[in-house]
Amino acid sequence: MIVEAKGLKKEYRGVRALDGLDLAIAEGEIYGLLGPNGSGKTTTILILLGLTEPTAGAVRVCGHDPVREPLAVKRLVGYMPEKVGFYEELSAVENLRYITRLNGIPEGEARRRIAEALEQVGLREVAHRPVATFSHGMRQRLGLADVLVKRPKLAILDEPTSGIDPEGAAQILDLIRRLRDEAGMTVLLSSHLLHQVQRVCDRVGILHRGRMVAEGRVAELTASGGYLARVGRASPRLRARLEAEDWALAVEEVGPGELALTLAEDGRPALLRFVAEEGGVVLELRPKQPTLEEIYLRYFRE
Amino acid sequence: MGAVFWKELADHLGSRRFFLLSLIILVVAGTSVYLGIQGFQQNPGAAQDFPYLRLFTTAPGALPSFLSFLAFFGPLLAVLLGFDAVNSEFTRGTVSRVLAQPIYRDAWINGKFLAGLATLGIVVVSIVLLIFGLGLFALGFPPDGPELARLGVFLVVALLYLGFWLALGILYSVLFRSTASSALAAVATWLFFTLFLYMIAGVVADQVVPVRADSPAEAWLRHENLRDFILRFSPVALFEEATLPILVPSYRGLSLLALLMQPGVPTNPLPLGQSLLVGWPQLVGLLALTSVCFAAAYLVFMRREIRTS
Ligand SMILES: Nc1ncnc2c1ncn2[C@@H]1O[C@H](COP(=O)(O)OP(=O)(O)OP(=O)(O)O)[C@@H](O)[C@H]1O
Ligand SMILES: [Mg+2]
Repeated sequence: MIVEAKGLKKEYRGVRALDGLDLAIAEGEIYGLLGPNGSGKTTTILILLGLTEPTAGAVRVCGHDPVREPLAVKRLVGYMPEKVGFYEELSAVENLRYITRLNGIPEGEARRRIAEALEQVGLREVAHRPVATFSHGMRQRLGLADVLVKRPKLAILDEPTSGIDPEGAAQILDLIRRLRDEAGMTVLLSSHLLHQVQRVCDRVGILHRGRMVAEGRVAELTASGGYLARVGRASPRLRARLEAEDWALAVEEVGPGELALTLAEDGRPALLRFVAEEGGVVLELRPKQPTLEEIYLRYFRE
Repeated sequence: MGAVFWKELADHLGSRRFFLLSLIILVVAGTSVYLGIQGFQQNPGAAQDFPYLRLFTTAPGALPSFLSFLAFFGPLLAVLLGFDAVNSEFTRGTVSRVLAQPIYRDAWINGKFLAGLATLGIVVVSIVLLIFGLGLFALGFPPDGPELARLGVFLVVALLYLGFWLALGILYSVLFRSTASSALAAVATWLFFTLFLYMIAGVVADQVVPVRADSPAEAWLRHENLRDFILRFSPVALFEEATLPILVPSYRGLSLLALLMQPGVPTNPLPLGQSLLVGWPQLVGLLALTSVCFAAAYLVFMRREIRTS
């Protein structure tokens, strides 16, 4: 396990930010830490990096204790903060150069790594422009380059896609996946958008009020939500027949002659048959994927 | 720490703030020295003993000497180099990126402090060299050994003094989250020690030991002593008292009044070691103040959470 945390607690003058959190991430994994605002994602990350101390609990990152051996951890871990900031008057290259110097990377090697990292995040053309002229998305990508020049064993990315358009976010996530596949980097990323990160994460953990409420593969967490269907040219007779069935969990008229229904998995063949018999058309039939919100809600009821 | 030092030094030397302040110091210092040299030319006798040292301590007319000028304006330059050292990194969001790299927090602060000190050193040394140049041009002979030794010691003390103000600025940059507050606190402290404390000392002394023109000499002396005692709380006064014996070789740590009352005190120059002893307590005081500022900045910063939101 490259990250191991047990019973993490963090209190800020009465506010409980983390309340007994357990976390374990295996080497080579892409792990998504999900949760609504204020659920404790950033606090967890700061503790893993030794940038803040836990009130209680034990942490090991790459085999070291971030509280007692912060430097050993920081040598191996790359971190992109949620509000990543740069020295505005310095260029992208100069900002990265400072980081390589702080890491004691020799100049020649540093130059190569910086060029490569800027190429990877698509900032090669603006490498020598002051960061003051960068857009939010460019800064976010420079933040990623900042992690890459360090060639870390573990990359911790706090909301790497926040405030980025869907296409840009997809690019960043693809890059993250490639890095894992090619360089064997372990990645811990946080987000509050499940649908955005579920594509790249091997596993996700869902935080709420400082506790892990659900953890597992994305498919496991989002499965078993039933199916959604939309039916056109529906006669009142069809509607009545559907409403009489047990497998139709909800039937609703959403337009003239158009029905939206939620059904259990075993109702699919019957639905298709009914619609054909009554002269309707199935406009849409897809598995119902619960949103992050629904998952939270589901886990609270239990 | 080297990486931090060189980056910060480059930042300082390239900043507009540094450029403007050094320009002011340079112009005013140059003017007062230029006038001092003119004084020599009108009155060649004054250039007899330690003429180069005199350039630093005396100025004709209403202009302050270079020494008082440095005591007054140097702190402003120093404190302005430090007041946003740490909190601006929080507002820019760079602190979490930098401190996620393998460096200790104290190395980061030390690097910032040393870079500021080096910047101040560059300013002070270049001004002294400029004064040397002007002096050589006007007097026609170079400074002698004792003068050079004294000026060397003076440079070290001046750096210690400016270092105190730099440490104070850095302390404020750790204590205050916003750069506006820390700038305000820094300038307020500067005004307090350079102006208000002198007024307060005068008022308190007047209240406790009222004196009139025809008061006995003892009353005047007690009045002066009380005033001096209050002023000892100011690093500005400490600096002036510590450097006077260095730059004025005959100075024995007694006020003019005390000299008048005790005729027979010799006025010949002391050797450098003796002069240093005269200002020693003040030097130690300055060093202690600097250490306190630094220790406080460490204590507050070491356990602070590095969160930029
Ligand atoms: N310095 C602080 N003082 C007091 N409470 C704090 C402090 N920092 C964080 N908190 C509280 O800790 C809790 C967790 O905050 P955290 O920043 O970890 O959330 P998050 O999951 O990262 O949220 P977001 O999605 O908004 O980034 C919140 O309730 C927050 O109010
Ligand atoms: Mg956060």
